Amino acid sequence: MTPLQGCLLVSALLFAIGLAGAVTRRNAILALIGIELMLNAANLNFIAFWRYGAHPEALSGMMVVIFSIAIAAAEAAVGLALIIAIYRHYKTTNLDQINSMKG
Amino acid sequence: MSLPFIIIAVVTLFAAAAAMILRNLVHCALSLVVALAGLAALYLTLGAQFVGFAQILVYVGAVAILIVFAVLLTRSDATPNQTILAPGWAIGIVISAVVFATLGWAALNSTGLPKGTPPAPVATVKNIGDVLMTQYVLPLEVIGLLLTAALIGAVIIAMKEESPNSGSSRRQSAPSEKLERTDPALRDCYDAKEGGRV
Repeated sequence: MTPLQGCLLVSALLFAIGLAGAVTRRNAILALIGIELMLNAANLNFIAFWRYGAHPEALSGMMVVIFSIAIAAAEAAVGLALIIAIYRHYKTTNLDQINSMKG
Repeated sequence: MSLPFIIIAVVTLFAAAAAMILRNLVHCALSLVVALAGLAALYLTLGAQFVGFAQILVYVGAVAILIVFAVLLTRSDATPNQTILAPGWAIGIVISAVVFATLGWAALNSTGLPKGTPPAPVATVKNIGDVLMTQYVLPLEVIGLLLTAALIGAVIIAMKEESPNSGSSRRQSAPSEKLERTDPALRDCYDAKEGGRV
C-alpha cells in the first residue's frame, strides 16, 4: 500500500463516520458535526493528492483546501444560527420533531 | 506509510467515531476538537504547514467554540435519557458502510494513482501569498464576499424576532418573577427588602 492509498483510506473512513453520524443521530447539532467531518475528509484527500501527485509546486490542492476551510467556517456559522433560530421556535433540536416549515 | 502517520490517523479516527457515538453533546464537541487537531497534525506530516495551522485556527479555534456555544444556547448539554438515534438508523449505517466500501475499493484498486513518494514540495507562506494574490485573486475576493454575507446572514437569522405588539419581553419576564416569589428563600429576601423599604 502506497502512502497515498493510506491517506485515501483514512479519508474514506472519516467520510463514512461523518456520514453515519449525520444520517443516524437525532440531534441537529450532531448532524452538523457529521457534515464538518465529511468536509474535512475531502480536505485530507486534496492535501494527499497535492503531496503525492504531479506538479505540487502549482499549489492548486492547497488553494482548494484553504478556500474549502473558509466555506466550511461560513457554513458552520449559518448552520448553527439556523439551529438556534429553530430551537427558539420549536424548543427542541431533535430533527424528527421538526417536521413543519410553517410552524 | 510512516509510523507517526499511522498513530495520528488512528487517534483521529477514534476521536471522530467518539464524536459521533457519545451520548452527551458536550463530550461530542470535545471529541470533535481532538479529531480536528489530529487532522491538522496529518496535514503537518504531509508537508502542508500553512493549511495545518489554518485548520487549527479556524476549526479548533472558531468552529468548535461555535458548536459548544450552540450546544449551550439550545440547552442540550444534559445527557439525553431517550434514544439518541433517529428511526431508520440501520439504513444509515448500511449506506455509510457501502460508501466506505466503494471508496476503499476505489482507493486500493485504482491503477491511475501516482506511486512512490516524490520529494517534499516547497510551500512557504511567501509562495502561497504569491499564488493567492496573482492566480487565485478572483476566488479570494469571492470568498471574502461569501464570508461577509454569511456573517451578516448568521447574525440576522439568530437575532431575536421582534413581535408586532412589542409586549413579548414583558410577558416573558413575568413567569420568572412569579417563580422567584414562590421560592421560599427568595421570598424571604423580597420580604426583607420590602420591609426595609417600609
